[in-house]
Formats: sequence, structure tokens, C-alpha cells
Amino acid sequence: MTDTAFVKLNAVAKRWNGQLGVEDISLRIEEGAFVALLGPSGCGKSTTLRLLSGLEIPDEGQIHIAGTDVTHSPPAERDLSMVFQSYALFPHLSVAENVIFGLKVRRVPKAERAEKLRRALEITGLLGLEHRKPAELSGGQRQRVALARAIVAGKRLCLMDEPLSNLDAKLRNAVRKDIKKLQRDLGITVVYVTHDQTEAMSMADMVVLMKDGRIQQVGTPQDLYSRPENTFVAEFIGAPPMALIDGAALDGFSSGETIGLRAEHIAIADAGAGRMTCHVAECEFLGSETFIGLTHDGAKGLTLKLPGLVQKAAGEAIDITFNDADLHRFDGDGQRLNTT
Amino acid sequence: MSKHASLERRRQAIYGWLLLGPAGVLLTTFAFYPSIATLWSSLFSRGTRRKPAEFVGGENYTDLFADPTFWLVVKNNLIYAAATIPISIIIALAMALWANSKIPAKGFVRTAYFTPTVLPMIAAANLWLFFYTPGLGVLDQIGSLFGLPSVNWLGQPETALWAVIIVTIWKEAGFFMIFYLAALQTIPADLKEAADIEGASRWTYTRRIVLPLLMPTTLFIMVNAMINSVKLIDHLFILTKGGPSDASKLILYYIWEMAFAFFDAPHAAAMTILVLLVLGIIAAIQFLLIDKRTHYQ
Repeated sequence: MTDTAFVKLNAVAKRWNGQLGVEDISLRIEEGAFVALLGPSGCGKSTTLRLLSGLEIPDEGQIHIAGTDVTHSPPAERDLSMVFQSYALFPHLSVAENVIFGLKVRRVPKAERAEKLRRALEITGLLGLEHRKPAELSGGQRQRVALARAIVAGKRLCLMDEPLSNLDAKLRNAVRKDIKKLQRDLGITVVYVTHDQTEAMSMADMVVLMKDGRIQQVGTPQDLYSRPENTFVAEFIGAPPMALIDGAALDGFSSGETIGLRAEHIAIADAGAGRMTCHVAECEFLGSETFIGLTHDGAKGLTLKLPGLVQKAAGEAIDITFNDADLHRFDGDGQRLNTT
Repeated sequence: MSKHASLERRRQAIYGWLLLGPAGVLLTTFAFYPSIATLWSSLFSRGTRRKPAEFVGGENYTDLFADPTFWLVVKNNLIYAAATIPISIIIALAMALWANSKIPAKGFVRTAYFTPTVLPMIAAANLWLFFYTPGLGVLDQIGSLFGLPSVNWLGQPETALWAVIIVTIWKEAGFFMIFYLAALQTIPADLKEAADIEGASRWTYTRRIVLPLLMPTTLFIMVNAMINSVKLIDHLFILTKGGPSDASKLILYYIWEMAFAFFDAPHAAAMTILVLLVLGIIAAIQFLLIDKRTHYQ
């Protein structure tokens, strides 16, 4: 079997004292891809990353990187770099020493070290801060030192474990773009762990959504948004999440089914002419639009998206309508039913 | 300045002095005053019933410098310090690194290492007295298994000081280990992981990351070990009483002997002042020099 994928995980599992870590993780990552491991906390995304890095060794399955079986190799032999959530900078070393730590360990000649350091600092915009200690840097600068350390050796695979979670919201947006640009310019493969779907959707070429140690869906951001494989994906992706309607509450659907519906596909109908009659729960004004939360006995998460500022009294009855083409159908177990 | 502001400033000053007060009173009573009184009495001759004490200036000091026992005791104490300080620190560090790693019965290992610290020095000395006793002692018993001759460790000048040094190291290393252990636990685990990813060996990680991060602790332990090398003499009373022929006599023991066995308070005072002076200078050097190269978190 010829397989050209750069990173391959084959039925990887890791358990702790019988407790579930991750189970049956199979993934194929092409070289140069930006892959996001997404999921709620405790879903096993960090474990998957640590298995890839070699900081944990799997109980079952194989891991291949660049055509080599590295399942039982120590981290240093996997030819990868990593950015930690806490950055893991060495507090007693200066920025420059932190960045070239790995080069020194591998006995890279001094001149080459200096050149690589200068380039890494230039790319991350840290020139002039070489001699500062991590404690003398801002959160954003520390994050960039961690990035510089990850790219300085020119490794083809870079693992990132929630690298933005310690930054404030505004900085996070800026650094998100920087990381994406960096990845594209250097052509490296990035595996990026996050619990923030905005990060995953905006940066990744491929999103791996996980829950309870298992992969729920793998696909492009658009795939996950417009063709969720199951109700978990439907409810996790998107803000507001997809509304789920009990099939019995709608004409023409059986009661075993669950019907998914995105907020942008819901429209207001004249009283009595809609397909469902709901009540206003709350209004959430977001500037350019207003989300109106609706309640209905047979549905959860129904949200109406209206442009501009709209104010509705709580409890007010609203009739809504939508096209059958925009509906997502799931069976009794929550798996997607393909409506062709 | 407005009246209100100056009143507030004075209030703050009084508040500050009140906070300093208790420590100031205690230190003055039990440290500053005794030191100055010692300095004062070191400048007077020893009073007898017929001849009252009189001011002699530096005579007590010149007497000391001319006393061969004083120089022997100084030499003993230098050897004692030069051996106990580095060896106990190295052993403490090694034990801490081991007790901090993933080993079975970690709690037991730590407790075992710490036990010598819990024992009073006098009890520990009695224990070691039994180890060292010729014929009956554990060391001789083990030695005789291999056909080695009986050695009177504490009774001969060549070995007495070293026998005492070993007891001190045994006593101190466990205590210092606790500080290292505490410091090791403040080093985040992901630094090790980051070093692993970069391909650093265990030794490189220890040398380039762990040891520098332990420097503040090492400095603290060094100062303590240095003070102990002068202060810790309880075991001499049990083991050797400074003998044989002053071979294991340390400076504080000599001061005690001078003051309370020979009743020569002025010379004891002079010696105390010299010790204080040397300790002060060494502490200043340690803090000024090593402090600069130490990273504090």
C-alpha cells in the first residue's frame, strides 16, 4: 500500500488506568497542511497532540511521520517542534538563548546559530529583544518567543497546544493571522490544538472535531459547518449553534429523526402562515445584527438572526418558516441521514 | 506642604517604626547588645581578685595569634568547612533529584533521607559513637568480615576530624535535601517537555535548566552550611571532646572551653569577635557575588 500522507495515525489509542484517553484515532495529514484539533475540554485533543510529539507513547496503533514509523521514538527523533500552552520558556535564559537552546543541544556551529536566530527573530518581530529575560516581556512577546523557538530549527512539523489561550481577545485575533501567515510562508505542517472554534475555523485547512476521546468528524471548516456528520458536530460548530428540532414537531418528518437548522436559514412568517410557532426567550444585540432566542417545545437552540437592532418582548409569539433544502436530517442516534 | 499632608506623613512614619519595633527590640537585646558587649570585654584583661580587669587594647588578640592551639583550631575548622559544605550540598542535591523523580516508595525514600535531621545532634552523635567504637562498633564489625584490622576512628589524630566531618554531612544532607526538593517542585513540568522536544539529554537538562533554576536555593543552603560549619559542635561533646590532642577541636568548641573550662572570658570574647568578622565578610561575598549571577523567579 503506498501512502503519501506526511503524518499518519493509525487506530491510535491511549488509556490511563482503564480510563479513556483517546480511542481509535486515525488521521492522515498532508505536508503543508494546517490541521486543527478541536473539541471541548477533556475530549482528548491535547492527548492526541502529545502522542504525536512523543511525550506520551500510545497503547495501541501506529504513528508515522514523513514515512518513518515513530510510534515508540522519543520526541527528539521525530523531527518536530512544539509550542506549549504555557510557552514553557526557560525563565533564566534570555530570548536569544531560549530560541537557540535546541540548536546548541544539537551542536549547530556558532555562525549558523547566529544566522538562524536572526532570521527567527526577524520573522517573529522580536529583533532588539534578544537580551531580555522572559519575565521582562509582555504576554504577546513571550508567545512570539515560543513561536521563534519552534521555527528556528526549520522543522517541517510544528505542534501547537492552545498557543493563544493565555492572550487577551484582541491580541489573539492579531496573532492568529500572524501564525497562519507564518505557516504559509514557511510551508510547514501545523497541528494546532484549540477549544475555540473561531480559531479552528479561521486558520485550519482541515478540522478534526473530537469528543470523549474519539474523532467525530474530519473535514474542511466548510464541511463541518454545512455538512455536520452528527448532532454533536452540528451543535458544536457555528455561533449560534445549529438548532435541533424533533422530527415529530414538523409536518412531513417522522418522530425518530432530528432535524438541524442554521439560524441564517430561518425567516419570519406572517402569523398563522409559518411552519412553527415559537416564543421569544431573549434578544442579543451584536451591533450589525440581533440574535433572537426562540423557545419551542419540540426544539432546542432555535435562534433567529435579524439585521440591525431589533427588540422583541420576551414571550411574544413568532411564526417562522424555512426551506426543506436547508434542513439537515439526523437519525435516532444523531448520525447524519444523507438526503440526496 | 499642607499641614494635612505632613500630619499624614508623620502618621505613616510612626506606623513604620511601630512595625519595626518588636524586631528591633529583640535583635538589640539578643544580638546587637551582646556583640558590642563582647567586643568591649575583648579589650580588657582577665580580672582576678587581686588584680582587677584593665583596658589592654588589642593584647587579647595578639595573644591569640601567638597561640599555636588557636591556629590548629582555625585549620581544623577550615578543613571541616571545606569538606562539609560542598559534600553535604552535592549529596543533598543528588538525593533531591532522585527523590523527585518517578520512583517507587517515594514517600518512604524522602522520609528516610530526612530522618537524620529530625534526630537531635546529641542522639545522632551517640548513634555514631556506637558505629565508631573499636571492636564493638558497626564499622569494625563490618571490617572484620573482610579481615580488616580494628580502627579507633575517634581515638587517633589522623581520623578523628574526618569521623566528625562524616557525622555532620550525614546530619545536614537530609535537611538541605528538603529545600532542594521544594525548589525542584516549583520547576514546571513542561520545561522538561520542551527540553525533550529540543533533544536535550537528561544531563543537559539538569545542567542548563535545573541547576541554574536551583541557584537561589543553593545560595541559601550555602550560607546555612557555612554558618553550621561554625555553629554545629554538639557532637564534639559526645564524640571526641576536641581530642585527641586537639585534632578534632573546632573554633566554637575552643571558645566554649576558653570561657567555661579555663574561665578566660576576654580571650573567648576576642575569638568570638574574630569569628563574627569572618562570617560577616564571607556572607557579604556570597550575597554580592553569587547573587548577581542568580536568577530569581
